[in-house]
Amino acid sequence: MNAVAQYNFAYLDEQTKRMIRRAILKAIAIPGYQVPFSSREMPMPYGWGTGGVQVTASIIGPQDVLKVIDQGADDTTNAVSIRAFFAKVAQVETTTHTADATIIQTRHRIPEKPLGRGQILVYQVPIPEPLRFLEPRETETRKMHALEEYGLMHVKLYEDIARHGRIATTYAYPVKVEGRYVMDPSPTPKFDNPKMHMSEALQLFGAGREHRIYAVPPHTEVVSLDFEDHPFEIQHFEEPCALCGAEQVYLDEVILDDRGGHMYVCSDTDNCEERREAGHVGVLGTPQEAAE
Amino acid sequence: MDIGLEGGFADPVLQSQAGFRTIMDALANPGTVQNFTKSALAHGALTAELVSTLLTLCDQDSPIWLSDSLRHSDVEAFVAFHTGAPIVREPARAMLAFATSAAELPELGQFNLGTQEYPDRSTTIVLAVPALSGGDELITRGPGIRDHGHISPLGLPEDFIGQWADNRELFPRGIDLLLVADGAVLGLPRTTRIAEGH
Repeated sequence: MNAVAQYNFAYLDEQTKRMIRRAILKAIAIPGYQVPFSSREMPMPYGWGTGGVQVTASIIGPQDVLKVIDQGADDTTNAVSIRAFFAKVAQVETTTHTADATIIQTRHRIPEKPLGRGQILVYQVPIPEPLRFLEPRETETRKMHALEEYGLMHVKLYEDIARHGRIATTYAYPVKVEGRYVMDPSPTPKFDNPKMHMSEALQLFGAGREHRIYAVPPHTEVVSLDFEDHPFEIQHFEEPCALCGAEQVYLDEVILDDRGGHMYVCSDTDNCEERREAGHVGVLGTPQEAAE
Repeated sequence: MDIGLEGGFADPVLQSQAGFRTIMDALANPGTVQNFTKSALAHGALTAELVSTLLTLCDQDSPIWLSDSLRHSDVEAFVAFHTGAPIVREPARAMLAFATSAAELPELGQFNLGTQEYPDRSTTIVLAVPALSGGDELITRGPGIRDHGHISPLGLPEDFIGQWADNRELFPRGIDLLLVADGAVLGLPRTTRIAEGH
């Protein structure tokens, strides 16, 4: 017998998992509606993805393969520590390859590679209520959702147009799910909004500090709010990724020196690596053989 | 005397995880038949699928309603020992409801339908049916279903199409339904639209 006390599988106790599981089922049954749940203290601070971690801990099993990304990257602190957390407390296999993962926990990006049937995308959400900055009272926003009273959100987008000549919201861009609930897609760039629409994957959202879980089932309509004369559009980049030459992907700007030098590289590190392995080279990239 | 100690999950952590993923996949992909991979054993009037669902989802925080043939001391003792879930008489107070046949199920509208502010507080009904296929063919549409799907469970309540349409009409309020049989579950969340035909 092992003398050292072990954590329960996937860290959470079973009663907590059942409570979260019941919330997830209701979230799936009411797409876009925020289900309150009794969020627990986790061994990491709020803002580090405690909501996503609790959702992942409640769904994950020994047969799952977990990928964790932070702004598209597999190798940043948040992603590495959450991956290590689940490797330790659930002994699951982890990966950085999008196609190999059954569960992908994400902070603020959706992978470039289209997700497939059976994959689950778990979002870490800081502020789940899309109306919160317009109406601070929970009692009021709840009533607004109940009555489908979303005029205020359109006023906000209209004010963007009045001030900037276009809708200036670039991330956490509000969406309407299945023609009913207005939902915050978490602070993903609006570039990723179209990927949520009719996705093959199940999308689960966990907000630990705010005690909310919501979901978008596969093959569900997710429409970004807009106006007829100012239709929704995603960001466009003028140059391709400097490492792999990818176009039509989301790019991060990297400052190279203090004289204005900069480069654009893929935000999705796995997608970039796979492209480079396949022989794609950008203007600042080096061919794979030469790099080794 | 059977005081309900027998049965239950031999490996509660992994069996309830497997059970949950089965149920979650069923609700996320309405109309598909999802198999319980690590099912529990049947107990008295509770079928194996009802036991698996009960042990996966219920505890002292989830009031449950039981249909007539489950209101026996052995089942109640089993529920008390393995889950601690309070058993309620009024369908409207139940978070989950378990029934062994459609004949024992009250009209869907008598269960908790949730409120407009909190539609998640509605009842999830778990109904054991004779089989998940072989009945009249029905067409399903809605979230989780690409274009449309077909289901043909046996043993649905009479006037199910009408009752379900009324339930759908209430959205976002309404009950969610899990049909169980043959070691598998078929989920029908309130968002699914059901019509007769091929």
